[in-house]
Amino acid sequence: MVNGFTDFNAILLFIAVILPLALGGLLLLGGRFPQRLNRTLALVGFAAPLVISLWLFRCFDATAAESGFVFQSRFATGLEALGIYLHLGLNGISLALVLLTGVVGLAAGLFAMQSQAERGHLYLALLLIMLGGLVGTFASIDLFFFYFFHEFALIPTFIMIGIWGGAGRRTAAIEMTIYLTAGALLSLLGLIALYWNSGAEYFSIIALREYLAAEPLSATVQNNIFPLLLVGFGILVSLFPFHSWAPRGYGVAPTAAAMLHAGVLKKFGLYGLLQIAAPLLPLGAMEWQSWLLWLALGNVLIIGLITLAQNDLKQMIGYASVMHMGYCFLGIATFSVIGAGGVIILMVAHGMSVALLFLLSTCIYHRSQTFDMGAMGGLARKTPVLAAFFVVATMASIGLPGFGNFIGEFTIFMSLGESEATRWFVLPTAIGIIISAVYGLRAVARTFFGNAHEGILKRFEKGEIEDLRWSERLPAGFLVVGLLIVGLWPAVLTDNASDAVESIYGRAPVEQSALVLQVETAAVESLALLTSDLHSNER
Amino acid sequence: MNETLIAFLREIAATNQWGAILPEMALGLLALTLLVIEMILPRHQHYLMVRFAIFGQIAILAVIAFAARNTPLVTEGSLFGGMLLQNDLTQFMRAFFFICSIVVCYLGHIYLEREKLARTEFYAIVIIVAAAMMLLVQSHHFVMLFVALETVTIGFYILVSYCRKSVFSLEAGLKYLIMGALSSSILLFGIVLLYGAGGNPALAGASGDALAFGNLREFIALNSDNALVRAGVLLTLAGIFFKISAVPFQVWVPDVYQGAPTPTTAFLAVGSKAVGFIVLLTLVRGPFAGMTDFLLPILSVIAAVTILFGNISAIGQRNVKRMMGFSGVAHAGYLLVGIVAAMTVPWAHLAIIFYLFTYLFASFAVFGVMTLVPKANDALQEMDHYRDFARREPFLGGVLAVGLGSLAGIPPLAGFIGKLFLFIAAFEAGLYGLLAISVLGVFISIYYYFGWMREVYFGDAYPADSQPVSAGSVSFVDRVALGALVIATIVIGLFPKALPILP
Repeated sequence: MVNGFTDFNAILLFIAVILPLALGGLLLLGGRFPQRLNRTLALVGFAAPLVISLWLFRCFDATAAESGFVFQSRFATGLEALGIYLHLGLNGISLALVLLTGVVGLAAGLFAMQSQAERGHLYLALLLIMLGGLVGTFASIDLFFFYFFHEFALIPTFIMIGIWGGAGRRTAAIEMTIYLTAGALLSLLGLIALYWNSGAEYFSIIALREYLAAEPLSATVQNNIFPLLLVGFGILVSLFPFHSWAPRGYGVAPTAAAMLHAGVLKKFGLYGLLQIAAPLLPLGAMEWQSWLLWLALGNVLIIGLITLAQNDLKQMIGYASVMHMGYCFLGIATFSVIGAGGVIILMVAHGMSVALLFLLSTCIYHRSQTFDMGAMGGLARKTPVLAAFFVVATMASIGLPGFGNFIGEFTIFMSLGESEATRWFVLPTAIGIIISAVYGLRAVARTFFGNAHEGILKRFEKGEIEDLRWSERLPAGFLVVGLLIVGLWPAVLTDNASDAVESIYGRAPVEQSALVLQVETAAVESLALLTSDLHSNER
Repeated sequence: MNETLIAFLREIAATNQWGAILPEMALGLLALTLLVIEMILPRHQHYLMVRFAIFGQIAILAVIAFAARNTPLVTEGSLFGGMLLQNDLTQFMRAFFFICSIVVCYLGHIYLEREKLARTEFYAIVIIVAAAMMLLVQSHHFVMLFVALETVTIGFYILVSYCRKSVFSLEAGLKYLIMGALSSSILLFGIVLLYGAGGNPALAGASGDALAFGNLREFIALNSDNALVRAGVLLTLAGIFFKISAVPFQVWVPDVYQGAPTPTTAFLAVGSKAVGFIVLLTLVRGPFAGMTDFLLPILSVIAAVTILFGNISAIGQRNVKRMMGFSGVAHAGYLLVGIVAAMTVPWAHLAIIFYLFTYLFASFAVFGVMTLVPKANDALQEMDHYRDFARREPFLGGVLAVGLGSLAGIPPLAGFIGKLFLFIAAFEAGLYGLLAISVLGVFISIYYYFGWMREVYFGDAYPADSQPVSAGSVSFVDRVALGALVIATIVIGLFPKALPILP
């Protein structure tokens, strides 16, 4: 067991966690600082995780450590008696999520800095604490701190919704608090139960893996612990019957908080299932597989249909993000290397696309003063750049080729088709793709094309509607670039993750690029068709 | 006569055990000295009394810490012929009650100055009660236990009804008097039953002194299925349950918590509850250890019902003092889970002490804010009064947020670590059902703690008919005192090692 830092990069990883937290703490007291200083400090805090994670991505070599976790550092905080240490490190799976955190964190931070929120230093401080907690949660090898940092990220969300949220924030904030705390506590109980029954010396993923590889738990124990983790993590990821907090919470949440929560924090539960629950409790996972599949189908189909009925743009995006979580659950439910690879790609891609959608929906709101899609229309005439961004974001979200979402979803379909038991789930989930295409394109059409609503026309006349400003284009462009990189070059994530995934789900390496490319070329043509359709619609 | 007295004194001097209870004696002396100082001091300088009270206690603490540097204060083994027993646990708890009485004196100062009530008696009684609590946790004999317990209880009768001009305070005092007297008599009845049975030569293990914990332990282990012994044990525990406000002995809580002056409420919630739990712990692990099989299911049921009752009742409360009362009942339930775990898990008592400390810091922070917020009637603190409180009083709002968050068990605050240790202990003891109920209780508690926080932070403008509260003037010392509690809560949450209790 290491103590202290293993190498220089471990120090960098530690800084990526601590710096946003420290700067956030500083800004909490920063009411009296000059605004310029506050913004500079905040910018440093927002940029640090991305810069460091890109550097770590360059240096990453999964074979460097036997456990698969590199850049390790470990410190005692007073809980050694229980085998709990502040133990940080990255493997291929967590590296992908730390990268996602960096990208979405910087985009959310940049967007927050240009929004003129009341008590701005507090807003930035909470966002920084959230970001630090997010990096910490994915960089934690120790499961206690995995949970602990998650709460660091969660609490600011409640506060931000409560203070800066839209109409109905008081109810939404408390609903979200109760739901998410319940989910977090259940998963903590599950983790403690797992730790206790394993007999491991340390509460870390590595120790648990070693112990459970040598002495797996009995089927009964696994069957009892897995539902705790499934429901606990499931609530946090808005698994079907426990999803109602998500659309309502996102509907009222301030943009930057919604971006970070829906984009990154929600992936905590998926990451927990992928990295911890399924590999450590394989028998329990098989036992509960059908539950997971059916509930995930509920996410895709039932929530998909509900999304169709939404008139409020932000609510629609909230429901859509709940729906897309269904694909991630399906991928996890296959317990295969390909499924896991697909989930990793989809997590990252969905994180960026949903953050982009929330960002753009707020930009639309600033121009139209409404989220009601019935009262919009025709915006594209004055805001071509915004419209272009929104079309791109929607295409990504509904899984058009060229974007990471498509690769992720496609890989998950492949993994579903691989096994007899899950094969027939492909058909209903493919219907989900159609549903999402319908609501996505409808949203684009109702918002940007067609005839403008009276209110919009009035605002046009007054000249109150301008195109996207540069301060808004920058974070949005940033996310689009990220989406395209993942979409066109998924190996960027899977190459690093394949070692980790293989050692966990180990049958075959993540082999997909060839197949994916074939389908992609065919699909790019249909994308061209669709866009020309939209243009002719406008005319 | 004289010779026997001299012989007695000589014997005591020879054993020289008085040093072991130096802190308690010093506190008692301090309380008496305060009364004398009040007589000497001119009337217009009586506001200085709080400084004598607090700095006196800090001085005693410093002297003891200095003296204990070379010779450890703990005297292993029993003292005064088996009346007292000192160990690590009692040392932690003595420190606990020192902190308690210092904070309560300070809160009392704020309250008494505002209400213009007699000062010195309050401090003197608080200090004596704290000394009695220290003796209570060390007692190893039922006579000692009962005498110390009565000192605590009688002190509280006065403290609860201290605000003579308030109907609420008088009502609370009367209710506490009646309930307290009832519980004392039940406790005494239980003790007497045990004494009677333990002195019966017909029973195995009977001894001459059946009130000493050591003797009783052997006796009860041998006669654990004797109906009389069981009745005695249950009645004794019932007496303690009144102190810790476990269901079904919690009926006095809401009214007394609401009516009593807020500093007294804080003392009741923290000090009185803590002492009850330590006594309970000593009993179930000491004299009643032979009854574990019999007591375990009973205590488990009481713990479960207490958690659910406290939390569910707290939901509907709009008066924050009553809400804190019910939430205190819920915390008693969690601690009872710890007690049940401690019957089988060797280290679980440390989890209980840790929890008590986290509860102390968080509760005093919350009660501190409630004391500082003046209004026409201290007993009528409605939640609506706190609407948008944070905007008017950012510092106090922050203190309230940390205190309530810690009580709710939200990481990274100390209360979370406290709950974590308790739950792990319960897990180790295999109490899965109780664990599930505790977690359910925590879910419920989030609703009312956050409900209050929601008023404080996200409140809209207060309704026209209710008066907004804002603290008159929060002095620098107030900020330091409350800030220290908040910092302790955060630091312990981040570095549990800061509290040197767990191994």
